[in-house]
Amino acid sequence: MNRLRAFALFLWEFVVGDDWRIALGVAVALGVTAAVAGAGATAWWILPVATVALLTVSLWRAATR
Amino acid sequence: MTGSQVGLALSVLLACAVEAVEALTIVLAVGSTRNWRSALTGMGVALLVLAALTAALGPAITALPIGVLRVVVGGLLLIFGLQWLRKAILRASGLKALHDELQIYDDELAAARGAGAVGGDGIDGYAFLVAFKGVLLEGLEVVFIVLTFGANQHDVGLAAAAAAVAIAVVVAAGVAVRGPLARVPENTLKFCVGVMLTSFGIFWGTEGAGGHWPGGDAALLAIIPVTLGLALAMVAALRRRMAAAPGGDEAAVGA
Repeated sequence: MNRLRAFALFLWEFVVGDDWRIALGVAVALGVTAAVAGAGATAWWILPVATVALLTVSLWRAATR
Repeated sequence: MTGSQVGLALSVLLACAVEAVEALTIVLAVGSTRNWRSALTGMGVALLVLAALTAALGPAITALPIGVLRVVVGGLLLIFGLQWLRKAILRASGLKALHDELQIYDDELAAARGAGAVGGDGIDGYAFLVAFKGVLLEGLEVVFIVLTFGANQHDVGLAAAAAAVAIAVVVAAGVAVRGPLARVPENTLKFCVGVMLTSFGIFWGTEGAGGHWPGGDAALLAIIPVTLGLALAMVAALRRRMAAAPGGDEAAVGA
């Protein structure tokens, strides 16, 4: 059980890293892109805008901590 | 070689070089204080495990439908890239201490010396395990990058070759210097890798989710410089903020 927990912790650290909000934000942005593209609208701008927003917020939080 | 292939090779080469430098520091430290044979055996076994992982996961990943592959890989690359870029920006702006290979080497030396007596002629368990773990953990990110970049471009061979070149160059430099590669501009390399992973993540993630880039593949030629420019602008903004803060540049290093 401890090994399982350690492995889960390792996976979390490996994939999510220092700021879980980035991982969550990317997942949400991909979902929005899929929904907008599925509706036939232009969707290429969503991920770049989300990337800038996520990085800015994450850096701001680190700088003001 | 196409532009995408150059991007693939360059990203894998730089990412692998950074991770290889970090793994080399650990192997050198335990090898020189404990037992070279054990440290090199640990490194060799870890490389075999990494090669086996690449061989096992590579065909499975390439068998996925391209749309699924691109959205999953694009998302993961974007998360990875943003984490690398975040750290590199914080380090470049002075908000986080720079990665110091000499300090890490000294810490590993002290830990290895304090880990009890070295065994006789057999394998020294400490040296083996530390080298094995160090190479395996640093190598996993490289395996991920090799597989995702390679699978997306249907060129795992090129990605693996770029990784092998990076490892060979770093090991040759380590043998020549006979010490940790403290002069490698690690943060600059991580910054570049972060920009590349983020850019490819944005591109593939959007395509995988059903979006279409104006100009197709050529959009990457705009995404990469724009990402780089924004990251540099963020470094400049954070540096200005640091300089304006009470206590100046020393206030937040190590945060």
